[in-house]
Amino acid sequence: MKDNHLIEVKGLKKYFNVGKGQILKAVDDLNFYIREGETLGMVGESGCGKSTAGRTILRLYEPTAGSVNFNGTDIYKLSPGKMKAMRRDMQMIFQDPYASLNPRFTVSDIIGEALDIHGLAGSRAERKKRIEELLDMVGLNSDHATRYPHEFSGGQRQRIGIARALAVNPKFIICDEPISALDVSIQAQVVNLLKDLQDRLGLTYLFIAHDLSMVKHISDRVAVMYLGKMVELADSEELYANPIHPYTKTLLSAIPIPDPEIEANKKRLTLENDMQGPISAAKGEDGTVQLDVKDSELVEVSKGHWVARAYA
Amino acid sequence: MEPILQVKDLNVSFHVRGGEVKAVRGMNFEVGKGETVAIVGESGSGKSVTAQTIMRLIPSPPSVIKKGEVIFQGQDLLKKTNKQMEAIRGKDIGMIFQDPMTSLNPTIKIGKQITEVLIKHQGMSFSEAKKHGIEMLKLVGIKNAEERFDQYPHEFSGGMRQRAMIAIALACKPTLLIADEPTTALDVTIQAQIMDVMKEMQERLGTSIILITHDLGVVAGMCDRVIVMYAGEVVETGTKWEIFKNPQHPYTKGLLRSMPRLDQKKDEPLIPIVGTPPDLIKPPVGCPFAARCDEAMRICERVDPGATEFSDTHMARCWNLHPMAKEAQSS
Repeated sequence: MKDNHLIEVKGLKKYFNVGKGQILKAVDDLNFYIREGETLGMVGESGCGKSTAGRTILRLYEPTAGSVNFNGTDIYKLSPGKMKAMRRDMQMIFQDPYASLNPRFTVSDIIGEALDIHGLAGSRAERKKRIEELLDMVGLNSDHATRYPHEFSGGQRQRIGIARALAVNPKFIICDEPISALDVSIQAQVVNLLKDLQDRLGLTYLFIAHDLSMVKHISDRVAVMYLGKMVELADSEELYANPIHPYTKTLLSAIPIPDPEIEANKKRLTLENDMQGPISAAKGEDGTVQLDVKDSELVEVSKGHWVARAYA
Repeated sequence: MEPILQVKDLNVSFHVRGGEVKAVRGMNFEVGKGETVAIVGESGSGKSVTAQTIMRLIPSPPSVIKKGEVIFQGQDLLKKTNKQMEAIRGKDIGMIFQDPMTSLNPTIKIGKQITEVLIKHQGMSFSEAKKHGIEMLKLVGIKNAEERFDQYPHEFSGGMRQRAMIAIALACKPTLLIADEPTTALDVTIQAQIMDVMKEMQERLGTSIILITHDLGVVAGMCDRVIVMYAGEVVETGTKWEIFKNPQHPYTKGLLRSMPRLDQKKDEPLIPIVGTPPDLIKPPVGCPFAARCDEAMRICERVDPGATEFSDTHMARCWNLHPMAKEAQSS
């Protein structure tokens, strides 16, 4: 891990107009950076805006406000042509390996498409060689190249998705719940593969997930999102050892631990109400949400440990 | 403890174009009164098929119950007619499914969906059923139950819907509740709440629960006994203490090892189980886990291992655990 900031997110907002004059503030004023070679984990429950944040950072959504600097370039200011070139450096791995691969393409079409779009293939022989190299890198073999996605298991499909993302030699990959759809025995295989690739290729990850134990395992730092805002950010060890924000505490106490002794003695914290959803919070009708999300500017409470001002 | 449910040598297959998928192969287990039994295993291991067979909800064709018995309160459910099953489902056996949005009827108000079972099975009048239904909604922790009673499923959040499902499943105070991945689609904080609701309801009503899940964390918090399934077979059973503190089968050990622990050092890699489960159109003749097992011997691929018992409650099927295996190794 190096010290320079590969990604810098400043004041990022993404609002959706959901009709009837209501605005959904899916992502509301995010500020953070990711160092080169680092894995930043992002956790939070469904609807907290973590996937929207990921997609906006890749400019799959146009932002409502804010900037994302990649290696010093503000990607929202790039022309479509320059943006396309920039996409070589930023890739994504999706949650659902069944929906994110074209069922009518063979594996070599799927991976080759990325090479073709960016003109990286050269001759046909080179293209074939590169595809085989990528398959080998993710633990598949060259026999798999002519097969279709339905011939593979979930874990293998996720490997194909990873090979496709790697095809263009990216520097930065957003992993959006890459293991949620996989069986426990397969999850560890994919996580180990991602870690191994990071070591070999010097990749930087934004790892979005709701499985908190897995996020702790893979991430250097972890950010906790709640109602579109980041409420806490710290080194992963520190966050799990000393959570400060009440939402982080609740989240951590809810993780089921595969050990009956720990489970029997566990005190679980609960928030008084279910999450009311970002719309009502945005409308200021968050009287039932007893968490203060308004004053959400992050304050550094100890070295590298940031928490929303209301709870600092 | 007297068992309320006994599953004996259950075999279920599906006929598909490629042949016969032997989804459940010789399943045996019991559930005692007031007990929570977890069935764990990965997708395709046959855990949901087992549950649906007990409820007789499994569509036939393509499925065929090849042989076996499901004895519930002294009667074989597999011999019942559909009509007789209708009187049992929802009354004596309740079921909660993974996805509450697809198992609740989106066009019918929540209240109607609860009162329906009460009117049908308990012969209540509508006003009695409504009173009882609102009470059930309150019991599972739904606030403003009177208002909620007249709302549609889409007006409920995911956690609320699952609470409503639990209220419906428990409305007639069933003897047995089958919960098929009840919290998998929910966030961890909501999952914790739903598990608390289920435990509380169980204490209050004395219901036995079969919990089907792939999340070993949920199992550790909730269950008394654990059944580990692999490729349609039971590979290990035991109390939760035996399974988590002293696992015997290499698959159970592998599952526990492949999950990250919160106290784990960051650079300590996870130990995955290599490979994938076997194709059940051609199930292996020997131990189904042999192809993925580090400790596999030649016999494992050829002959199915029998059960080795470690205590009255703890059993695993593995050749390495066979009493003769140690002698063979030392000689």
